[in-house]
Amino acid sequence: MQMKEYKPLIVAFCCNWCSYAGADLAGNNRLNYPAEVKIIRVPCSCRVNPMFILRAFQRGADGVIICGCHPGDCHYTSGNYFTRRRMAALFSMLDFLGIEKERTRVEWVSAAEGAKFAATMNDFVEKVVSLGENKRLEDLRCKR
Amino acid sequence: MQKITKEMLIDKATELLNNGTVSLVLGWKKGEYDYDVTPGVFESVEELKKDFVFGDFSAANLSKYLVKKTEKLEGKILVFLKPCDTYSFNQLLTEHRFDREKVYAVGVQCDGMVDIEKVKKIAGDGILSVDCNGEDIVVKTLYNDDMTIAKADVLAERCANCKSKKHVAYDELLGESGEVIDSNRFDEVEKLEKMTADERFAFWQNELSKCIRCNACRDACPACTCEKCVFNNPNSGVENKSPANSFEEKLFHIIRAYHVAGRCTDCGECSRVCPQNIPLHLLNRKFIKDINEFYGEYQAGAEVGSRAPLVDYTLNDLEPGEVFDRGDENA
Amino acid sequence: MQRIGVFVCWCGSNIAGTVDVKAVAEALKSEPGVVFSTEYQYMCSQAGQDLIKDAVKEHNLTGIVVCSCSPRMHEATFRKTAAAAGLNPYMVEIANIREQCSWVHKEMPLGTEKAIILGKAAVAKVNLNAPLTPGQSPVTKRALVIGGGIAGIQTALDIADAGFPVDIVEKKPTIGGKMAQLDKTFPTLDCAACILTPKMVDAAQNENIRIFSYSEVEAVKGFVGNFEVKIKKKARYVDETKCTGCGACIEKCPQKKVPNEFNLGMDNRRAIYIPFAQAVPKVATIDADYCNMLKNGKCGVCTKFCAAGAIDYKQKDEIIEEKYGAIVVATGFEPISMEKFDEFAYSQSKDVITSLEFERLTNAAGPTAGKLLRPSDGKHPHKIVFVQCVGSRCASCAEKGKEYCSKICCMYTAKHAMLTRDKYPDTDVTVFYIDVRTPGKNFDEFQRRAVEEYGVNYVKGMVGKVTPEGDKLIVRGSDLIANKQIKIDADLVVLAAAIEPDKTARPLATMLTASMDTNDFFTEAHPKLRPVESPTAGVFLSGTCQGPKDIPETVSQAGAAASKVIGLLQKDMLLGNPCVASSNQLMCNGCSSCERVCPYGAISYEDKEFPGPNRTVKVRRVATVNPAVCQGCGACTVACPSGAMDLNGFMNSQIMAEVDAICK
Repeated sequence: MQMKEYKPLIVAFCCNWCSYAGADLAGNNRLNYPAEVKIIRVPCSCRVNPMFILRAFQRGADGVIICGCHPGDCHYTSGNYFTRRRMAALFSMLDFLGIEKERTRVEWVSAAEGAKFAATMNDFVEKVVSLGENKRLEDLRCKR
Repeated sequence: MQKITKEMLIDKATELLNNGTVSLVLGWKKGEYDYDVTPGVFESVEELKKDFVFGDFSAANLSKYLVKKTEKLEGKILVFLKPCDTYSFNQLLTEHRFDREKVYAVGVQCDGMVDIEKVKKIAGDGILSVDCNGEDIVVKTLYNDDMTIAKADVLAERCANCKSKKHVAYDELLGESGEVIDSNRFDEVEKLEKMTADERFAFWQNELSKCIRCNACRDACPACTCEKCVFNNPNSGVENKSPANSFEEKLFHIIRAYHVAGRCTDCGECSRVCPQNIPLHLLNRKFIKDINEFYGEYQAGAEVGSRAPLVDYTLNDLEPGEVFDRGDENA
Repeated sequence: MQRIGVFVCWCGSNIAGTVDVKAVAEALKSEPGVVFSTEYQYMCSQAGQDLIKDAVKEHNLTGIVVCSCSPRMHEATFRKTAAAAGLNPYMVEIANIREQCSWVHKEMPLGTEKAIILGKAAVAKVNLNAPLTPGQSPVTKRALVIGGGIAGIQTALDIADAGFPVDIVEKKPTIGGKMAQLDKTFPTLDCAACILTPKMVDAAQNENIRIFSYSEVEAVKGFVGNFEVKIKKKARYVDETKCTGCGACIEKCPQKKVPNEFNLGMDNRRAIYIPFAQAVPKVATIDADYCNMLKNGKCGVCTKFCAAGAIDYKQKDEIIEEKYGAIVVATGFEPISMEKFDEFAYSQSKDVITSLEFERLTNAAGPTAGKLLRPSDGKHPHKIVFVQCVGSRCASCAEKGKEYCSKICCMYTAKHAMLTRDKYPDTDVTVFYIDVRTPGKNFDEFQRRAVEEYGVNYVKGMVGKVTPEGDKLIVRGSDLIANKQIKIDADLVVLAAAIEPDKTARPLATMLTASMDTNDFFTEAHPKLRPVESPTAGVFLSGTCQGPKDIPETVSQAGAAASKVIGLLQKDMLLGNPCVASSNQLMCNGCSSCERVCPYGAISYEDKEFPGPNRTVKVRRVATVNPAVCQGCGACTVACPSGAMDLNGFMNSQIMAEVDAICK
């Protein structure tokens, strides 16, 4: 076996109106961030079902980040407020189960914050890389 | 405080059946042993006399069964509810899961239920009968002499940490309704929170690896009344057993806990029915504890029509990243 | 099984420079459902689009994946291409391999690998796409304008001119708003009443315009093209149809001690009143808080003197229900309260006034009949100090002021200073300012005239404290340019109070599900490109409800809002967004969780019969989504505990498939 450099797998859910546009702006400005970040477009951060996050972890994602409009700026007025509560509850639970808290994050990125998007991804990936591979959520029951 | 006997419940049920108030009775039915008590539906006074029981093992929360039982019911069904069961009753009403008009609810005073596993640990196997006389229970077994055990020592976990003796819903009350109790029910969760992530993971790995996916927790849970459960695979041909896919299979407990988050009344049925004794209630209590701390005290089912915290918000809620910055966390 | 075509775009070298497009097309060929895969230099070009159309026909494609730039750029383009080839436009998915791949990653292997994964995710999604058809809804050809100031009046006039009926709802007894209280208007100094009141009369006489004065919006239901609005017409205790506005009742009303809000409490009016002479409608209103008859049944004088028999003490609030196709918000502004600015002694001295009060003091119809007299003793002031930015641009004092610039103060202060010097050359006028901001046609020239021609003393610096001493106001401030402290013993101090949105705006925004910023100004759909539309379809913005504005700007925005309304009302049918939520009623528990998170009120419940086993019928409460109201956020899909609620175009299964494709 050849020693391979560890490459994390990062899933980023971005709301269509702010954060996806912010990611596009990062692209327009050629701001680099790791290629391990794969973006899934959702209409609003409130479309992100905790099941999607669990699914990603179960299928081997090392980190999941949700990006939405800043509170108060939601295209749908209140979507990100629900996101905020749902993710607070979910992340706290994952932490409770022993999943490292650095693997989950919510970040508010506006359509104007291309630089913030790139910086956030750089920071997030760095934190996840320092933790290494996620194995804990592959099978919570860990039957052996 | 008067003791509520099974005869008092049978008399009440008989009266309501005879005067035509109700046509069905939802109660507890005895099994092979004293402690094998299951939910039961009774259509006549004869059936009541034959099988109806009430006592230290009438632990089942009957409110869930109202969903199916009232569906095609003409007239009314009588249901007996212990204080903690009334919260589930209200929560189901909040979610429009049954028609309140079809139910006659009799609140029953509760002095705590006994956990047979705890009794077995003390008295050993071969239990023939378990009788309660107030503070103590008397156990007859095949192999040993009769044994008297303090009831407090064998109370079910949820009763030892009872959150409320108050009935929040009923048409009529047998015995007394008490108060909401300032219980220590979150102590266990707190203990886990104080561990390191690795220790917590080890704890849950150990507990959850016992799971045999029998779905008993789902089947007993009063918050799990979905018309079609996500955990059932419609293509499997084996209703209720086969997982829909490996994702749902592998992360079953956390998915289930999230599904009932904000709606769980902490009735403890999941842990009670678990054949592997997994402390599933700790997952639910973690959500409840967090919700209380993040968004203010909330008890699901305390009132009908209340807005669950996860379908609500304020403009200044804490950020998901901030949940880790609270004082008690291991940094 | 779908028959999917994959089209990888080079975007010249924009993509092909960092992504091996041939490798991407090759790799995606073997994905499930893919029957055709190719690349081309510019997919969005006519030739590129033709390539897609030909492939659709040749390979009987049922779905398309375009690996190209952001869907925000060309999703619409490729949907049109698909439609032109006879495919449902919603069978197209875009893999963003430019903005989110080739432009942010520098190494070809990394870029290629990621592009393939993004392509796989898009293919996985298209495999689960279903054709979607937008719903249609009719348009009610009537507009509602909320607020009857210059913004609302102008919007209503413009809409009415195009031939559509418009209703104006104004909470005060008359339309006219703040402009009616002004004396002269900058930069031309024409009298506000002379240019406003003819417009008020035009509005009243226009047969397409109905004015609901002394009325408020109570409830709003519905959606673009189909709003149902409840308007509360508050009881004015005078029959509008009978009152001639002769004023006999007012003259005789014995209750003379009612603070006159039109003059900002600087004089009194009667309990029955008409706010000002040119009010529209010119109808009396009884103030129930002060009328003796209404309070304790003892009076009735006005009835005796009303020849028209218009007085009706028994009048009740009336609810009017009307349907509208479009709603324009024109709720305007109020100056902020000066209560928290005690350093300027506003509450300690009557001679510290706001600029709006100053307008009334110089207005011929005001409490002093246009003579500039001190409120305290009625004497002519000889030294006047104007303080600008009171509560504006006040980042450090957010608890009492506003962070933003109120925009109009520099100009009206210059106007006040100039007019004072013009009418009373014996008066010393000093203006304290942070910056003078006068962009606008003839604005800077105007302010310079105040300094150069009229000798107004402009001091750059802020006033620290105003202290009443005897009949003087000691003003202490700093002159930042001369770098010294100044002390002026003034006779009158005028504060240019910041302006803020009207208090009724926030509850109205909730009713309209229109968003607001933290200052309670309505948010526009796009700050630059859609400045008069709110993000909520069918709701438009006019005037200062959207942000501080002067009259010329307000009027042009009012016209712009009107043109958007006209554009909407001339349509007979509206096409909806098909990416809306829908509930699988077989799975729905009817628990109401979804309804609670829906910001648009799009979800309702019905009791529906479902077939059970053995030919039985089961009645269950289930959710239904109104596709014309739903905006497709998806909040409900996550709130739904049973998984019955799903979102077209972003289905649970589709997103899960994307996750799986990425995580494989």
